[in-house]
Amino acid sequence: MNPATAAILAKDIGAGLAAIGVAGAGVGIGQIFAALVNSVARNPASRDQVFGLGILGFALTEAVALYALLISFLILFG
Amino acid sequence: MAAGPSIDALGQFRLATSLGPIGAAVNFTNANLMMLLTAALVLALFGYGMHARAIVPARTQAAAEMGYEFVARLCEDIIGEGWKSFFPFVFTLFFFILFGNLVGLFPYFFAFTSHIAVTAALAVIVFALSIIVGLVKHKLRFFTYFMPAGAPKLLAPILVPIEILTFLSRPVSLSIRLFANIVAGHVLWEVFAGFMLIVAAALGVIGIAAGVIPLAINVVLVGFELLVAGLQAYVFAVLTCLYLHDAVHLH
Repeated sequence: MNPATAAILAKDIGAGLAAIGVAGAGVGIGQIFAALVNSVARNPASRDQVFGLGILGFALTEAVALYALLISFLILFG
Repeated sequence: MAAGPSIDALGQFRLATSLGPIGAAVNFTNANLMMLLTAALVLALFGYGMHARAIVPARTQAAAEMGYEFVARLCEDIIGEGWKSFFPFVFTLFFFILFGNLVGLFPYFFAFTSHIAVTAALAVIVFALSIIVGLVKHKLRFFTYFMPAGAPKLLAPILVPIEILTFLSRPVSLSIRLFANIVAGHVLWEVFAGFMLIVAAALGVIGIAAGVIPLAINVVLVGFELLVAGLQAYVFAVLTCLYLHDAVHLH
């Protein structure tokens, strides 16, 4: 296998491995919205307050998923 | 296995000079053009919207007032005392990023927030502002921010470096969050559009019918990208307010 082909193979494998990191963010986002639904179910009056926090938490957790995706892209295209 | 047609996912973010020969002379890029368009749209929304000055607002004025109140409530809730000094900055930031993201959703337009240079510049401005505000308001007591009150003094050698590292990672996370969200959305669009063309070209009539599936996914992604555009602007503004609250109140 010549070095050029090996490099492409390594890039593809590396990008695939790096993308596994988004799984953790998926679990985290599910937990945030589970907590959100739970708290609104217990106390429907708190919906407006809790919703803002929930969306902020979702965006911060999704950022971690995107860091993993960014590294995957950097490996694949960099 | 022969290599099939590949999808150029990242070529869409390349800068090109706009406005013909005048633009090429001064290197006025498509990103610059989109930024000017964004500024013009924000000014149009608020200038034209508030022009009527009705006590009971009509549609555009109501939209402008709702936007204003949204950011004002955000600043007041999060920054607390002294929020009025920072409100113009957070307002500008929020609407620049929001309209920038939205303008990038249209075909043949360009999402300037998809460049790390732009988002890093915004994040560095926020970071520098929070440090300057903290130093001007609290002088050298600003550095007590890194030693949380109530923590045992024995842990200080471990705690303070971690706190400093967390503080220094703020501009990094702020810029990468916005940039990666927008890039990921646009890359997904390009990839599914590429699928659509490849499937349609390769399989003939069945391909054209099968190409409807990536098209449907793209339509759903438009909705998701609208959500992301608004959400990322909101998160950037909220985190800016949080960092300013920390700078002003030191906890």
